[in-house]
Amino acid sequence: MPKITYRHADGTQDSLDISPGISVMQGAISGGVKGIVAECGGAAMCATCHVYVDQKWLAALPPMNAVEHEMLETTAAERRPNSRLSCQIKVGPDLDGLVVGIPDRQL
Amino acid sequence: MAGTVGAQRTVATSGIDPFSRSYLEDPYPFHEELRDAGPVVWLEDLGVWATGRYEQVQTILNDWQTYCSSGGVGISNFHKEKNWRPPSLLLESDPPVHTRARAILARVLSPAAIRRLREAFHAEAVKVVSALVDGGRFDAMADLAKPYPLKVFPDAVGIVDQDRETLIAYGDMVFNALGPRNDLYAAAMARADEVVAWVTARCQRGTLAPVGLGADVYKAVDAGEVTEAEAALLVRSFLTAGVDTTINAIGNAIFCFAQHPEQWRLLRDDPSRARAAFEEVMRFESPFQTFFRTTTRAVEIAGTAIGADEKILLAVGAANRDPRFWADPGRFDVSRPVIKHVGFGAGIHGCVGQMIARLEIEVILSVLAARVERIELDGTPQRLIHNTLRAFTSLPVRMVARH
Ligand code: HEM
Ligand code: FES
Repeated sequence: MPKITYRHADGTQDSLDISPGISVMQGAISGGVKGIVAECGGAAMCATCHVYVDQKWLAALPPMNAVEHEMLETTAAERRPNSRLSCQIKVGPDLDGLVVGIPDRQL
Repeated sequence: MAGTVGAQRTVATSGIDPFSRSYLEDPYPFHEELRDAGPVVWLEDLGVWATGRYEQVQTILNDWQTYCSSGGVGISNFHKEKNWRPPSLLLESDPPVHTRARAILARVLSPAAIRRLREAFHAEAVKVVSALVDGGRFDAMADLAKPYPLKVFPDAVGIVDQDRETLIAYGDMVFNALGPRNDLYAAAMARADEVVAWVTARCQRGTLAPVGLGADVYKAVDAGEVTEAEAALLVRSFLTAGVDTTINAIGNAIFCFAQHPEQWRLLRDDPSRARAAFEEVMRFESPFQTFFRTTTRAVEIAGTAIGADEKILLAVGAANRDPRFWADPGRFDVSRPVIKHVGFGAGIHGCVGQMIARLEIEVILSVLAARVERIELDGTPQRLIHNTLRAFTSLPVRMVARH
């Protein structure tokens, strides 16, 4: 199973094995990773699953659509060039080793 | 029950009719029968597929390539028959048309935009609740569930008119029209011409207030992102989906708490539970119970072969109580972590208005929690018999004020 690492703002991290096909957000929620709220359950409507993707993984991710782009304009923590919504990133074998940073706040 | 449809395939079939009176009055025994019949079930009387299981509902909602919305989200198939109104650019469309429209509404209804509405919603909630709690007995539909959303939501959109009850009639039509052409549909459509004309006029730029969510949609016209006619359809989608649903969610919330006083005590003792409590109401008494997808190709779901261009009914109200997924689903429990309910749908069509709905209902519940000791039924609630909405026409209650 692909391993995904979630880095917290305080420097700690959680590494989880995630079943292919579910999203980086769902993996975090099922694994009890703190700091991902995901109030809308993945409908790209709440912007509380915001993550900063490790630079070297950016190119490997599926491209961002217009909806995700709009929603990232409304995040609680600042939007950066490597900002993504973790509910829009589906985990597959190609993302084994992915590292994402969790912002200090989502609300 | 197992049987054969056509020559070759063996499938689970059922005689359940989700639009029959007995089902609409009390869907829960039928939900159990539907879930137990199989992961997907052929409904013999209607000639459509159905699922009431959580796992299959999620799978279908998250695969728009296979289960599309451009065929309509009601029982009729737009690929084969013409709809009664021009299709929604959002609800009844697929990417890329859908993505373009959804991006605009994601901007207009974003969490940041919705946060700005909190103060106005709160002020109105306080006003409505103060007037009621002093008297004690009232109809929670006519006096609370209707007037509060009918004030705050059209105000937020920028509807200046006062005859806003027409919005309820419009929602009643649109949501009934997702079912078959039965007597409920006919009754809802009786005033169609007049109601459609009123709503259509309200969607025009010139009729909307210069500041509001409606005007925000028209900014996308100025930016060259959509045409004026498309913007009118987007505003129409607010007016369709944003009124009856929240009214009924409030009614269902009051009903749940009247039935479960110990749950009201939890909320009363800690009004900050209001937002989470609303999610449990959405799970337990989902206001929007039933909608459809259409297959774009032949596909297999949990071992059952389904042809291309066939309709599948998603009983989200049943999925929200599926014991294969939820622990003790028949228990109303506001402390349950319920982020996963499908009462707002899921995937790319997952309710675009959910942040505004959450705000509306969180605010009214927390204001009630601060003022009301107990909620009791004060007569027999009258159910709205509706093809897809679960709601009341009347909900007599008595509220005992806190001191
Ligand atoms: C508690 C109240 C509400 C409930 C239960 C509810 C339920 C739903 C559901 C289940 C869907 C998905 C339909 C599908 O997948 O085919 C949906 C979509 C939608 N809702 Fe809501 N809704 C509510 C409030 C609102 C509000 C306040 C608005 C106003 C802006 C709204 C606007 C929409 C729109 C435009 C869609 C279509 C989204 C799309 O197809 O991308 N809803 N709603
Ligand atoms: S979970 Fe809501 S935007 Fe990702």
